[in-house]
Amino acid sequence: MASIDIDAPGTNQLLIGNEAIARGALEAGVGFAAAYPGTPSSEIMESLASVSKNMGIYAQWSVNEKVAMEAAAGASFAGIRAIASMKQNGVNVISDFLANLVMTGIGNGGLVLVSCDDPSAISSSNEQDTRPIAKWLDIPLLEPGNFQEAKEMTKWLFDLSEELGTICMLRSVTRISHARGNVKLGELLKKEQKAYFDQIHDTRNVMPTKFMPVPSALRHALLHVRLDNAREKFESSPFNWYVGPDNADLLIITCGSCWLYSREAVKALKLDDRVGILKLGTLWPLPEKFVERHLSKSQKVLVVEEIDPFLERSVMELVANLPPGAPRPLFYGKRSGDINAYGELNPDKVIKAVSNIMGLAYQPRDIEYGKKAEEISKSNVPERMMTFCPGCAHRASFWAIKNALKLDGRNGIVTGDIGCYSMALGPAGFFQVRTMHCMGAGIGVANGLGKLGQFGFNQPVLAVCGDSTFFHAAIPALINGIYNQSNFILIVLDNSATAMTGFQPHPGTGVSAMGEPTKAVSMEALCRSLGIHVDICDPFDLESTTATLLEMMADGGAKVVIMRRECELVRSHREKGKPYKVHVDPEKCIGEACGCDRLCTRVFRCPGLIWDKEAGKAKIDEVICTGCGVCADICPQGAIVKEAT
Amino acid sequence: MTTKTLMNDPLNLIITGVGGQGNVRVSLLIGNALVREGYFVTIGETYGASQRGGPVMSHLRISKEIECSPFISDGRADVILGMEPVETLRMLGRFGNPDVITIVNPRPIHSIDVTGGEAEYPDLDRLMKTIKELSAKTWVINATEEAQKMGDPIFANVILVGALIGCGVLPLDEKSVEPVLRESFPKEFEANMMAFSKGMQLAG
Repeated sequence: MASIDIDAPGTNQLLIGNEAIARGALEAGVGFAAAYPGTPSSEIMESLASVSKNMGIYAQWSVNEKVAMEAAAGASFAGIRAIASMKQNGVNVISDFLANLVMTGIGNGGLVLVSCDDPSAISSSNEQDTRPIAKWLDIPLLEPGNFQEAKEMTKWLFDLSEELGTICMLRSVTRISHARGNVKLGELLKKEQKAYFDQIHDTRNVMPTKFMPVPSALRHALLHVRLDNAREKFESSPFNWYVGPDNADLLIITCGSCWLYSREAVKALKLDDRVGILKLGTLWPLPEKFVERHLSKSQKVLVVEEIDPFLERSVMELVANLPPGAPRPLFYGKRSGDINAYGELNPDKVIKAVSNIMGLAYQPRDIEYGKKAEEISKSNVPERMMTFCPGCAHRASFWAIKNALKLDGRNGIVTGDIGCYSMALGPAGFFQVRTMHCMGAGIGVANGLGKLGQFGFNQPVLAVCGDSTFFHAAIPALINGIYNQSNFILIVLDNSATAMTGFQPHPGTGVSAMGEPTKAVSMEALCRSLGIHVDICDPFDLESTTATLLEMMADGGAKVVIMRRECELVRSHREKGKPYKVHVDPEKCIGEACGCDRLCTRVFRCPGLIWDKEAGKAKIDEVICTGCGVCADICPQGAIVKEAT
Repeated sequence: MTTKTLMNDPLNLIITGVGGQGNVRVSLLIGNALVREGYFVTIGETYGASQRGGPVMSHLRISKEIECSPFISDGRADVILGMEPVETLRMLGRFGNPDVITIVNPRPIHSIDVTGGEAEYPDLDRLMKTIKELSAKTWVINATEEAQKMGDPIFANVILVGALIGCGVLPLDEKSVEPVLRESFPKEFEANMMAFSKGMQLAG
């Protein structure tokens, strides 16, 4: 990761969008940063935390997004500039607080919310668009069209937030947050900041310093005035611009990374003198006069944006309100089907839409070559399904869960949620998990399933969650299960890190975001304090883990099993070398003749195990194998041999 | 020989492999070296927890003039650096064209679909022949094998960076990469510099 505190204004750095956002916050003199990890947002906090000491700022991984947002608001109330960052799902988690925060207004410190959306859900459970939340809750919203803007917008949003007295939001997407581009650095703002909660009066308006949303109607009216002020500022914003001819055959209205796709599409089709692009950076409230001025440039308008028709509807709404006789363009976009209202876009999709509308043919490569390349690759390129890493403890945990459920014989169900272990919906975890929604949902759903005894339900219910998820969202549901006498086993797959998003620390790890030692919250002590049965096992010990689960399933109540084994990627980063040297004894492995039906390669499927087709036997790929030795315990022939190194 | 200008502007480079091979590391090394030389570089990457063991690709767009999007259009790759052969063919299928230059590490990594028996890994000789057929020019670099000789298969990625520079498709040379390697591997600079030189030599 690049260091974002380089004191070299004017130099060009290659930064991912998230680093650019973090740098923008530093250039704005941010004092307080809070976040919960979530792809594609995590690097904002990671890079701020990594420079926190040098820059004299405070940074925390919060237990969840809601607490992160509330903590950042606390800093704002005491006059410190604060930022909260999260992925799209996190914005749902904070929405209750937000709906009230927009009414109370902020303190003297600017407050910025960054939401990193994930069109196509590349690393997410869904591809929710958070821009409508900004509209819904009356929050001024910007979206950067490149990496430089990611920095500049973040920086400016702190000023805007203070001027308006309200929280402001930046929406990024994966292809900005996780892509990398040139960013010209500005001056770092290092200043002595004094936090003080002024109880006497609010300098901004006549109300006393009380951050409360009542009287609601009055506060709501005030919020609308703030939005009108924001709109006025947006009318002359340098984040909005037009490129193209004065009279265009087609006007593209776009925002975010789609600005780059649109420009490339126009270039690829050689339409620079026929198609204009109106790039908007200030999305809500819409700078209506600015947009209206450009609408007269063409009778056809194509709106290019990712996921919801947010901009499209805003512009249509504007057109509907124009006086009689004003130009009314023909709209192309998601409503017309020219641009998908799902999945991320790319230059090709925009090329397709523009060439359709303009009646042009586009040929990216030699036709014969294209046919041949597609044909050959289709028949020769096998799928590469995602799976747990070699040596991952989750593979062992789900092996034990699978076997315990089979031995129990009552058709037990596993509910799950969000984390690496979501992959247990598929072959990586032997198809064990049956439900996946949001953080903590597995145990919530288990609460309901475990109360269906009066309707004849007798299937055991196992809910899995990760260690970070346990702290984030599972605790209230566990308490609910105890209070309401539900019947389920909560299995905490504790790999001692927020592994899926890049191994961030959490309340159980004893380390803070800034790398300082802190009090580790013991999940077993916490669970035991609730007066329930709690067991801890090592998933690499398949036999005892299976036995523990079986024993727990024998009677009812809410219980907890902690399956504890460090994430292999964390271990291998710290320790060189493998715990075991593993090999397949070719004498003992009798392949297809065994009757195990290739249990190791067909079912267990660690990527370190491969099938030697010619020999008809299993084999270890030494480049991939991490030497965990678990597969030695699953082979019925004892053909997989592990030797301690 | 190392050229000092771009073959095309923008130059479209794809780096591909399997999650865990070091795709992101390779794209960063090359990108940082190019930014030092005054280029606009945009890198789009497909990675994330779910990508471990899955196909991974980085798109590098390199220009003297303009900032590009992080996506190379279908059929428009100029250079493909493949850390794994099947992944290289996957990229050729979608992004290849008659002028594409390919640098490929021929060491297969089997997917769980292959070990599980639902999919078949193509015959390696046939696979390499196809890659050559679909490329205007192909460099086959035994990077994993060389890396194992150096003591750790992970060196394969820096060896491939060396090969990419060595075959002259980028406006970079050893001197422009050295400071980036020093910065990226403060503790293991010597070993990585050796791996880089090995790659240069293999392509030379």
